[in-house]
Amino acid sequence: MVPVNYYLILSAILFSMGVIGVLLKSNALVVFMSLELMLNAANLVFITFAAYYQVLSGQLIVFFVMIVAAAEVAVGLALLVAIFRNKKSVDVDQMSSLKG
Amino acid sequence: MNINTFIPYLVFGVLALVSIATAAAMLISRDTVYSALFLVLNFATVGVLYLTLGAPFIALSQIAVYAGAIMVLFLFVIMLLGGERFIPSKPRRSHLVLAGVLGIVFVVELALGYIVRYGNTSVPVVQGPGYANPNMLGIELFSNYALPFEVTSLILLAALVGAIVLTRDGKKEVGSVEPEVPAEKESTN
Repeated sequence: MVPVNYYLILSAILFSMGVIGVLLKSNALVVFMSLELMLNAANLVFITFAAYYQVLSGQLIVFFVMIVAAAEVAVGLALLVAIFRNKKSVDVDQMSSLKG
Repeated sequence: MNINTFIPYLVFGVLALVSIATAAAMLISRDTVYSALFLVLNFATVGVLYLTLGAPFIALSQIAVYAGAIMVLFLFVIMLLGGERFIPSKPRRSHLVLAGVLGIVFVVELALGYIVRYGNTSVPVVQGPGYANPNMLGIELFSNYALPFEVTSLILLAALVGAIVLTRDGKKEVGSVEPEVPAEKESTN
């Protein structure tokens, strides 16, 4: 079988791509998608260790993460729609009204 | 190398390449719709990786919930806002270089940590009888994780109400007969 390391390093790569997307992209929708990518990378680690240690808890945590991610996306996209109504844009660089 | 030991590496390699390539394509792509579709492909390949790790139920719910429900929601909002027409403002070159370098440093750091900790140990092939089949998962979920499971229903309810309240247009309240006293409230501040 494939060593555990391979899965862990793959998830590290996916996670850091997500971080880079969150930090660099200006389109708020793509920032959200990068967030999902990061959650997914974390899920991959959970599943890997669930298989490594032969316990089911890891898989159940992933199940809960999926539920929370679904809730987060619903609220986040609703927020984006509300912001778009006010600003007519989803560019994160323009969401600076709270800046002093 | 025996062919039977080679096949898992081949499967993993192809899946890993596809998932990294689609993640990169999602970040690079100009069109938000293409980004979303690349992310769907990424989620599907990660779902297949879950299958190789002996998690069939999670793999299928990954495809149903992530690649299905969540990404459809994304595509809905992109189309609703006309997201395919957004002209992205380019990130500054210095930010790009800095982020790339820090990202590589992060990955190398984690990889070294993993290699030191886990060496060459592989995922055990022999899994217990009925390991991770939906039956076992359900028993575990409703015995040890019953309370978190109930709490998630609250989270989903809160998200539902929150999404409705946030997207409701405050100006045009359909069917509400509120008396109009907005000026009074403004002046008291």
